Amino acid sequence: MQGLLTDAFLTSLVFGAISAGIPLLLAGLGEQLSEKAGVLNIGIEGMMLAGAYVGFVAAFYSSSLWLGFAGGAAGGAAVALVMALLCVRHGLNQIVVGIALTLGVEGLTALLHHFQFGRTYPRLDAATSLPIPVLSELPILGPALFDRHPIVYGAIAMVAVMAFVYRRTNLGLDLQAAGDQPAALDVAGVDVVTTRTAAVIATGVMAGVGGAFMANIGAGLFIPFMTGGAGFIGIVLAMLARGRPLWVLAGALIFGACLSMTTALQVAGVNIPTDVIQMLPFAAVMAVLVIFGRRASLPAALGLPYVRGAR
Amino acid sequence: MTPAATARAARAAAPAVPLVELVEVTKRFPGVVANDRVDLALRPGEVHVLLGENGAGKSTLIGILSGLQEPDEGEIRVDGRPQRITSPRHALALGIGTVFQHVMLVPTLTVAENLILGAPWWRRPDKAGLAAKVAAITDSFGLAVDLEAVTGELSLGEQQQVEIVRALLRDSRVLILDEATSMLTPKGIDELGALMRRLVARGLAVIFITHKLGEAFRFGDRISVLRLGRKVGEIPPERLNALDEAAATEEIVRLMFGAGAGDPDAEPHVARTLAPAAPLLSVRNLTVSGGAGIVGVEDVSFDIAPGEILGIAGIDGNGQKQLAEAIAGQRVASAGSVLVDGKPVDHFDVGARTRAGLRYLTDDRLSEGTVGTFPISLNLLLKRIGAAPYWSGGLERPGEIATHAEELVKRYDVRTPSIETPIGKLSGGNIQKVLLARELADGARVVVFNKPTYGLDVQNIRASRRRIRDIAGQGIAVLLISTELDELIELSDRIAVMARGRLAGIVGNDEGARLRVGELMIGAVS
Amino acid sequence: MSVETADTAPRGADGGRRGERSAALTRILLLSVAPILAALVIAGGILLALGVDPLAYYGFVLERGLFNGLGLQQTLTRMAPLLLLAASLIVAFRAGIWNLGIDGQFLLAAVAAGALAPALIGSLPGWLTLVLCFVAAAAVGALWSVVPALLRAYQGVNEIITTLMMTFLGVSFANVLVKLLFLDPGTTVPQTRTLPVADRLPRLLDTTVSSGLLIGLVAVIAVHLMMTKTAFGLKLRVVGANPRAAVHAGLPVAKLTVAVFAISAALAGLAGAVEILGVHGNVRADWNPAYGLAVVPLVFLARLNGFAAIAYVFAFSVLSIGGESAARRLGVPHFFTLVLMAIILILLAVVEYVDHKRRAAGKA
Repeated sequence: MQGLLTDAFLTSLVFGAISAGIPLLLAGLGEQLSEKAGVLNIGIEGMMLAGAYVGFVAAFYSSSLWLGFAGGAAGGAAVALVMALLCVRHGLNQIVVGIALTLGVEGLTALLHHFQFGRTYPRLDAATSLPIPVLSELPILGPALFDRHPIVYGAIAMVAVMAFVYRRTNLGLDLQAAGDQPAALDVAGVDVVTTRTAAVIATGVMAGVGGAFMANIGAGLFIPFMTGGAGFIGIVLAMLARGRPLWVLAGALIFGACLSMTTALQVAGVNIPTDVIQMLPFAAVMAVLVIFGRRASLPAALGLPYVRGAR
Repeated sequence: MTPAATARAARAAAPAVPLVELVEVTKRFPGVVANDRVDLALRPGEVHVLLGENGAGKSTLIGILSGLQEPDEGEIRVDGRPQRITSPRHALALGIGTVFQHVMLVPTLTVAENLILGAPWWRRPDKAGLAAKVAAITDSFGLAVDLEAVTGELSLGEQQQVEIVRALLRDSRVLILDEATSMLTPKGIDELGALMRRLVARGLAVIFITHKLGEAFRFGDRISVLRLGRKVGEIPPERLNALDEAAATEEIVRLMFGAGAGDPDAEPHVARTLAPAAPLLSVRNLTVSGGAGIVGVEDVSFDIAPGEILGIAGIDGNGQKQLAEAIAGQRVASAGSVLVDGKPVDHFDVGARTRAGLRYLTDDRLSEGTVGTFPISLNLLLKRIGAAPYWSGGLERPGEIATHAEELVKRYDVRTPSIETPIGKLSGGNIQKVLLARELADGARVVVFNKPTYGLDVQNIRASRRRIRDIAGQGIAVLLISTELDELIELSDRIAVMARGRLAGIVGNDEGARLRVGELMIGAVS
Repeated sequence: MSVETADTAPRGADGGRRGERSAALTRILLLSVAPILAALVIAGGILLALGVDPLAYYGFVLERGLFNGLGLQQTLTRMAPLLLLAASLIVAFRAGIWNLGIDGQFLLAAVAAGALAPALIGSLPGWLTLVLCFVAAAAVGALWSVVPALLRAYQGVNEIITTLMMTFLGVSFANVLVKLLFLDPGTTVPQTRTLPVADRLPRLLDTTVSSGLLIGLVAVIAVHLMMTKTAFGLKLRVVGANPRAAVHAGLPVAKLTVAVFAISAALAGLAGAVEILGVHGNVRADWNPAYGLAVVPLVFLARLNGFAAIAYVFAFSVLSIGGESAARRLGVPHFFTLVLMAIILILLAVVEYVDHKRRAAGKA
């Protein structure tokens, strides 16, 4: 009996950690990309929410999760485009615009949802999983990790993709230069504004897919304000990971595990208020910052608009 | 004959067609005409020296050539054809490579990565190919770069070499060297000169920007002089060849500073005899730890008597700023002691030292000395916020603040529309006057000047130097840190040389001082 | 990323002739009023697309939030916590500190006040209870900013990240406190014990407006005067505008930074107390009005000027009270207010940018 409980508990914990962690992972990877290029993307919460809403609507009307993710990417990218236009092209204050966009998307998606669905919250059909042969047979990890919708595998693969881009491509060099010494990138013949714009829009795509995941896979429905700070957690993950995608993955899974711990504990028959568990990751981050404070560094030109020839 | 002279002689007969030519180029910024109908031709095989003071319009011209700025009027011709240069990328494509005064490399990337920067983004960095190409360049031009080093950890001279290699990698036909010698040791300057000769021998056109006359004569084939945005003269190779150094210098000085001005900066040094007195400022075995790429201060000791000016010579970045900040209390000393009038002030913070009469005029006028968006009136009181009579019980007294500002603005001849004008809108010379007014007011006894005339025009240089001499005459002890040897010779009673954080020696400022200071500088750094 | 915008505002120093003044005034009006009108039009377009008559909606919002006596009183009551939060942000932003943790500070202080007031009211006089609750709330708010403050002041850790973390932590912690520690055993709803209406903050005259409004107004004006007229405020502004100059001038930057956090967070805490002691009387579990994120843009719109902030907070309160009524009557959810706010904010930023460009071009 005891053993059975533990198995069920662990499966539920890992399953939940992945479900809650994937959106954080995508947000964190996206924010990391923006920050690498020197843009502090406070609007990522809005991009996620836009992705959640557009992604849900697309999946709801087309009955296709893949179209849902495409919609999510488009929704996130649309918000990112506004951010890029205002902050990267025209150098407006990144924090003010980011907060304004988040507020606007919160209001707009809630409003649109209200007029489409009233007070009902229609559900999508449960996502069909793509079990990976052999691995999905593993105890505990199998059902939690290897019997999931393909987007889960895709998101985890993004960690390797981003690491490859940063470490092994010229694009990676361009991004780092755009964040650390934009003038050097400019005189090397690469347009800083274009590089940063591309980074911000790619961030929007990743955050949007993350939001769509929350709505379509995680919850199966759209609820106004449903991202509930996931974008901000993404910002924190990116700041702590300092340019290393693997750290974002680790952080996202830890946060995901804490966020889903309550469900798992209920499965195990333990009753602790959600809130205690939800405090854990933030308390852990603060502890890390207190201990390693000085080393949480950020790109030199983070948050500063680039103006050619300005001294 | 210098190498340049030999080359000049060889080519004087056959002037080449310019690779790049600026015709009547004008560039305006809010409130100033940075370049006013400037003509400039860059010919292959020629080191074209661009001389001018700070603010003469050299940087703007470089900006135009390197694609950072576009001219408002006039024409750029490349290979004889009119051509706009719209971006740095475009300039590179046209074969114009630039080594900027402020190094334009990404400090967090390796040298190899910096050299690759700008390659098509979808490709993977071709490090093997790069290494081969770099080796070819370094071998033929006698350069040395370590591809795997992290750029931010290199010295400025090494970073400059990386920039030159980068320009050559891009097949530049025109190489712009902007104030390339300002960060180098005398030996490094000679090496750079030799490199320039090798580059032009291969048919490149080099444009070498400097404000040092000696370098211009030693390395240049052709010299153009800019003054207040206008090109006021050009000495072609055949003419330059006919002059010896003294005659050339005289002609350049005449061009730079107007007819018959002589050397405007340096007034003759007047030796003074100071009455023997107990030192007003004493520094004993002062040690400040450095940091990543920053030289610290090691075991520095000296005394300054009332009314004495002690000069500190040395190449920028040898611990001078750290020394000044440690004396001012802005930087923690790890050992040693600072005494004002015999009393240690080591446990005093900046404010307490200021009240004890110790003042520090920073060289970083805008990003450290002032708050650019604040009005002049408040900047004048930046170090005395909360003090009577300008504040009473913590409350601002606008009348007192305004009176104080009006008086200082008048006394120090600050040219400003109003005392409420944000100080960032003033010229460098006027900001310096505000700083002088602030630091010298109310009981200054010891004043540390860090590069007090850096970036100023002639009038303001003269005014600042006169002010320094005046306050020493009133019995204030002055520590004068400068990279301009002429300035130190003109003003100082004694000159110390600082190298790598240490004092290499202190000499009296008499007949042979220039020579001995030079020896100390060379000996200390080679 | 400077937030020091107020000091670049024209002080009317040079010239000051009448013609120039009125031209400048026209410009400022154009800059602040035109974007708001444009935003109303754009947002009206959204309403139209949703099948709602925008004129009817705006009319209803104004009627309920401004012209209707009861609505106006609700609007004024709503202003109280928002004003205190605005004061909190003005101090922080002018000193160059991004305190994005005011929601956590607000909520925990609210819980402190909500838990303390019913416990004290039996044994102490009413006024003393209220005073003690305010003190406790301010202290709790300030306490919640200690870690970000110390990390920023002595380790240089970016406060955006730490204050955001503390806000998430604080929201959860507030819930834990309400559910586990201060739960009212008398009700089935998870909430703290309720302070009787008679013991709450007195109402103004014979209206329903909470006297918290006065506290808020006093706080904003006091903060504005402190920042612009005192030596302490000037020191904070120097630190905010140019930290290196502050070091050079001998200001104790680390200590001032900690002071800024403490003042800002204490004001956020007072906002929580005002909301509980003036309006709700208790804290329900999972209650989080998230005023902070709404006040940040308001304070920026006001360019960190206290008097302008009062005006913007008033306008926002009208919109949100009117919007809440409209949600019930016209079926337009009050989320619409957020959309309107976002459009206004972005348009104001764009207009300011365009104006800046145009003036720079005109000077050249």
